[in-house]
Amino acid sequence: MNKRKVCIAVSGLNAIDSPGPGVAVIRGLREAKSLDVKIIGLSYESLEPGIYMHDIIDKTYHIPYPTAGTDALLARLDYINSIEKIDVIIPNFDAELYSFMKLEDALKAMNIHMFLPSIEQFEERHKVNLPEFGKKYDIKVPFSKSIFSTHEIYSLTDDFEFPMVIKGKYYDASIAYNSEQAKSYFNKISAKWGLPIVVQQFIHGTEYNITGLGDGKGNTIAAVPMRKQYITDKGKAWGGISIEDKKMIALTHKFVSQTKWRGGFELELMKGQDNEFYLLEINPRIPAWIYLAVGVGQNIPEALVKLALGEEVEVMTEYAVGKMFIRYAWDMIVSIEEFQQISTVGEL
Amino acid sequence: MKINKNIAISDTGFVFNPINGESYSVNPIGVEIVNFLKEDRPFEEILKTMLNKYSVDEATFEKDYADFVNILKHHNLIETNE
Repeated sequence: MNKRKVCIAVSGLNAIDSPGPGVAVIRGLREAKSLDVKIIGLSYESLEPGIYMHDIIDKTYHIPYPTAGTDALLARLDYINSIEKIDVIIPNFDAELYSFMKLEDALKAMNIHMFLPSIEQFEERHKVNLPEFGKKYDIKVPFSKSIFSTHEIYSLTDDFEFPMVIKGKYYDASIAYNSEQAKSYFNKISAKWGLPIVVQQFIHGTEYNITGLGDGKGNTIAAVPMRKQYITDKGKAWGGISIEDKKMIALTHKFVSQTKWRGGFELELMKGQDNEFYLLEINPRIPAWIYLAVGVGQNIPEALVKLALGEEVEVMTEYAVGKMFIRYAWDMIVSIEEFQQISTVGEL
Repeated sequence: MKINKNIAISDTGFVFNPINGESYSVNPIGVEIVNFLKEDRPFEEILKTMLNKYSVDEATFEKDYADFVNILKHHNLIETNE
C-alpha cells in the first residue's frame, strides 16, 4: 500500500505519572499502515519526556501556555509551520483545546487540519454541565454541583452525603470524607485549576473507561472499552484490559449519535453496585491509554488523522478482548546540551 | 445453570470474564467443575464423576459444590436466566 506522507504535530508529551496522551498517540501514528508520518512535538515545559524521544519524535517546539492567548499561539504555530509544513495537529490537553478550537479556521487557512469537537460540544460535556448533559441525552450521571467558595461546602450536606468527590475544572479529583477535607481539597485544586470546583456524588463501584472516535455526523468510527486494573494514587490507569461489555459500547453509540461528536474522546464510567453505568466524565480528546486501542486493532490516531484530512474512514467494530496494557517508567539519559537547547531556543 | 459462554478458563485454573475484565484463579477441582458447567452437564452426572474420582462423601461434595456455585454466581460467572 502506498503510504501517504503527512506531517503531524502532537502535544501532550508529558509521559509522567499523570501522563499526557502525546507519546501514545505518536506510537499509534508510527504504526499506521496507511501513513508515512513526520512527527512534530509541541511542548510547554522543558522536562516533558517526549521531547527527548528522538526515535519517535522528529523535532519538538515549545508553544505558549493557553493563558498567553490565541494570538501568541497562532504566531508560534505560523512560525513552526513555515519550517515544518504541518498537515495535521492533534492537541491532547483539555486546557489547550479551547484555544485550538478557536483557531480552527485560521489554521485551516494555513492548510493545517484538525478533527476536534465543536465549541458547543466541548462546553456541553464539560464536567460543570454534566447534570444537564445527562438529563438531555438520558445518560445516568452522578449528582453534582459547581461551587465557587469554601463557604458553600458547609451547605452541601443538604444535597450530598459524605464521601463526596471534589473535582478541578480540568484535572484533579479527591475524595473528601468530611467538610474539613472538602475545604482543603477545594483550596488545593482551585489554586491549580481555577474555579468553579465541581462537587460530585461518590459512586461506589468499579471504574471502566471507553475510548472512541466520532465522525461528527453521528457515526462511531471506533470504540474500545477498558477496565482499569492498576490505578495510581493520582487515579490514573497504570494497567488495564480490553473487555467486551456490550452495554458500554451501546452507551458510546448513544453518546456519539446524539451529540454528533466530532473527534476522539474518552468516557469515564463507574459501574455502581446496582450494576448500572454512571458517566463520571467525558474527556474531549484521546486518552493516555490509547495505545491499548491500537494494540487491540483499532488505530484511533490514524483514523483521526485521515478524518482530519477529509478522507473516508471505515467504521471499526472488531478488537481483541482480554489484551492488557501495563505502563512502565523508563529513565532516559539526556545531555545538558539538549535540555539547554529546548530551554533557551524552544526547539529540539 | 450454565457458565457464561464467554468465560475463558485455562488448564492452570485462570478464569477470565471478558465482559467486565475480572480474573480469578481456581484450584484443579474448580477447573473440573467449571468445565463440567461449561459443558452443561447435569448435577447428578457431576456428582457421580466426582464421587468415583475422589475420596469424598456425597453430603460433603454437595455442600462444597453449592458453596462453589454460589461464589461463581456472586461473581456473575453463571448465567442468571434460569
